[in-house]
Amino acid sequence: MSAALDIKPYVDVRDRGGSAQPMLIVRDLKRHFRVKGAGKGAVVRAVDGISFTLFKGETLGVVGESGCGKSTLARVLLHLVEPDSGELVFDGDAVAAPDGISVAELRRQVQMVFQDSYSSLNPRMPVQDSVAFGPMVNGRSKSESRRLAQEILIKVGLRPDLFGPRYPHELSGGQKQRVNIARALAMNPRMVILDEAVSALDKSVEAQVLNLLRELKRTLNLTYLFISHDLNVVRYISDRVLVMYLGQVVELGPASLVFSEARHPYTQALLGSRLSMDARQRVDAPPLVGDPPSPINPPSGCRFRTRCPNAEGVCEAKMPELGAWDGRDSHVAACHMQDPASGHSKAGLH
Amino acid sequence: MSDQAILSAPGAAAEYDSAPATKVRGYWQSVAYRLSHDWITLIFGAVVLVIILIAVFAPLLAPFDPYAQSIVGRLKPMGWRGHPLGTDELGRDMLSRLIYGGRISLIMGLAPVAIAVMIGGTLGVIGGFAGKVANTAIMRTMDVFYAFPSILLAVAISGAMGGGIFNGIISLSLVFIPAMCRVAETATSQVKNLDYIEAARASGAGTFAIIRHHVLGNVLGPVFIYASSLVSVSILLASGLSFLGLGVQPPEPDWGLMLSTLRQSIYVDPLGCAMPGIAIFITSICFNLVSDGVRAAMDVRI
Amino acid sequence: MDGGIASLPLLHVDGLSVDFVTREATVHAVSDATFNLKPGEVLCLLGESGSGKSVTLRALMRLLPEKRARIAGKVTLGGRDVLALQGNALRSFRGGTVAMIFQEPMTALDPVYTIGQHLMEAIRRHKGGSRAEARKRAIELLDLVKIPSPERRIDAYPHELSGGLRQRAMIALALSCGPQLLLADEPTTALDATVQIQVLVLLRRLQKELGMSTIFVTHDLGVAAEIADRVAVMYAGRIIEEGPVDDVLRAPLHPYTAGLLASTVHDQSPDQDIAAIPGSPPDLRRLPPGCSFAPRCAKALPACNDGFPHPTYPVADRMVRCWRALPL
Repeated sequence: MSAALDIKPYVDVRDRGGSAQPMLIVRDLKRHFRVKGAGKGAVVRAVDGISFTLFKGETLGVVGESGCGKSTLARVLLHLVEPDSGELVFDGDAVAAPDGISVAELRRQVQMVFQDSYSSLNPRMPVQDSVAFGPMVNGRSKSESRRLAQEILIKVGLRPDLFGPRYPHELSGGQKQRVNIARALAMNPRMVILDEAVSALDKSVEAQVLNLLRELKRTLNLTYLFISHDLNVVRYISDRVLVMYLGQVVELGPASLVFSEARHPYTQALLGSRLSMDARQRVDAPPLVGDPPSPINPPSGCRFRTRCPNAEGVCEAKMPELGAWDGRDSHVAACHMQDPASGHSKAGLH
Repeated sequence: MSDQAILSAPGAAAEYDSAPATKVRGYWQSVAYRLSHDWITLIFGAVVLVIILIAVFAPLLAPFDPYAQSIVGRLKPMGWRGHPLGTDELGRDMLSRLIYGGRISLIMGLAPVAIAVMIGGTLGVIGGFAGKVANTAIMRTMDVFYAFPSILLAVAISGAMGGGIFNGIISLSLVFIPAMCRVAETATSQVKNLDYIEAARASGAGTFAIIRHHVLGNVLGPVFIYASSLVSVSILLASGLSFLGLGVQPPEPDWGLMLSTLRQSIYVDPLGCAMPGIAIFITSICFNLVSDGVRAAMDVRI
Repeated sequence: MDGGIASLPLLHVDGLSVDFVTREATVHAVSDATFNLKPGEVLCLLGESGSGKSVTLRALMRLLPEKRARIAGKVTLGGRDVLALQGNALRSFRGGTVAMIFQEPMTALDPVYTIGQHLMEAIRRHKGGSRAEARKRAIELLDLVKIPSPERRIDAYPHELSGGLRQRAMIALALSCGPQLLLADEPTTALDATVQIQVLVLLRRLQKELGMSTIFVTHDLGVAAEIADRVAVMYAGRIIEEGPVDDVLRAPLHPYTAGLLASTVHDQSPDQDIAAIPGSPPDLRRLPPGCSFAPRCAKALPACNDGFPHPTYPVADRMVRCWRALPL
């Protein structure tokens, strides 16, 4: 576990001032939920010991299937859901610690964009008021907030005179998602968490919004945590990728490496499940059998062993750690096969 | 084109929204549109308006003093000595009493509902938005009141506090508060878990600001719909209380009370006895149908 | 597919239009859809939300509300006029001749009945027979859709199954009466990637083994590439391009199909913007007079605003509705 924390930032180390300080350091974050009616002591380990570092100006993609805890992770990072344990350090300041940064201040600097759905915008509020709401409750005057909202609507590609006074039901999915982005940007954040922000959009609109997100990141100097189940989108937009399975990180590394040389069998299976756009290259044998197991009372040892083609005794006995066994510590995977000393018969073959 | 130019040039924005501007009506406009095409609701709404106008301008419209008694002119038929609807058992003009009675019936119909909306609605929003403890405290208290049939509860409270308009209003308000509270609580707790509330929290907004800007607008609709359906119930219950002698006291002109005092002469003057009942029936059914129409119009998918 | 008698169309849809009429507006959900489906063929209706693909599917199944939906055109399945079916004939048509699977099986399965009860009821309604026979057949079906330990799972309630198993159970239910035509409405959209590919491979295998014709509605080009023989691309209620899947995805004729392919995120270089189609689809209540894609189309001519292009067949077996069909 500790190896992941000591990752040397691959942003330019000669960079002076604060830019070498990671935007966000997450250390052993945990959040469990008790479930009623699923037996005594049933616990969903939604976020179970997650550690990673988010560097300034990068986009970290988070992928995983439903129930892997990626959405809970987003909410825990903003303290919208209180973490059970673990540490959050935002730009060098511990979150919610006496000498650190307060949750309210964190929420001013880190914003979140939700999946576009019927509930992402207040249906009874013109969208310009939704955008102006954040600045307004943070002490700006009403007219100033309104002016700010109009500026930001232009930035996300919506004409404020045409779209500002409209209600959400008068906008298309893509336009609503632009408003959602504008609402987050109205707070002038340094970091934005995008939780399945393009997943509900049609493909042609998804491309528009992805282009917009990239452009905003460049011009506004943002740092993104991009959560999605769509591997193609994550590969396109991310600098680094974090793969989650049942509340844990199974692989973390530069996007190009994770997609070209996936180390964890789960990541390999995810990649193998991608559909080709070419009818002559159909997938004939699904890489995995069965569904992801329930996050209630997950398997012992390696959580992926129940679906893993390479599972052995050691996988049941011992939980693999996210390590860096061959010295390249920017790309790590939590698998016994990665660790020559683990006792797995295929260990160290890579 | 540089990035900055893309962002700041107004022309760049037009590229994104080149789709035809689909200006659709706002929510309230669309409610108004539906209402304006619903003839039944419009007609009954007009009747309600007439009833309200009659009540407001009662002193101008009533041909006689509703309290003036006459020993000789008791229970006279329609048209007797210029009394268009005859006289009651104490010789008072029926029409004037019916006109003045509308005032009290409308007050008894609207005031308890308005009070219940304010108190029950507030409690409901608090109960729905606050944590588990406050919710349990509020909602279980309401459940205690809920356990009694509404008429029985109104009768019991009025009986304990004594008659009169004021006490009647209070007892009816107490009957409606729990139900109103439940409606507001349900609506609030549905809204509470939506993404835009979470987004508002993420932008650093306090509870009060979130309730004011994001919750109230979405809770008022269901509360208003429910309240409009309670008005006719309130009129009926108030008449019932008066009939039992627990509401408005003689000699005030109230439809329920008139029904009670005239019932002794049902064999002498059946038509006169029926008239307050007809007034209650028309008023309550009109309010009910208007409420249904408003409910249908407000049930717009947004 | 391989010529001869088998290539006579099983399903023939001619000029199908569906309008939803409300007091305030008329929504032209589907306009003038024409296509054929041969026995044993898989056709994908490909389109974005609001393109009319699901409405087309529901019209074929006669599932649209009769009062609100105005349906015009002709649908013949195996020589029978589908739009004229009534009463018992309609009931045996649904579930017997044609079966449907939905995106979210949780809402399509009744939560108070077990999987076995669902299956046995359907089997006995259409084929009769004793309870024991029906149960045996139900277990066979669950085995056919590769549900592990079917003897045990047959007594499970829908909520006790995972998403992938539920979708398999629904496929078993759809297959229970040996339909000639299977209608699938985005059946894998709600599933995780690793489960989606399993269900797609299963559906393709079953379709081949049972020789069923299938219409598969999807918004995902990858799903179409994976399962379809032919694709019909829909935009704003119209089929704008139709042809063999390989040809359409490799060399699209319609600018919209080309734009959709280019804007789908798939192995694009992270350094470049994606070639997105500007704007958004038109309002189905107020369709433009000409080609409904013209306002977003980079190749639009003034003529494109005059009328909707008629079907043309620039290559054998391929249809496109565009005044400026892309050169091959």
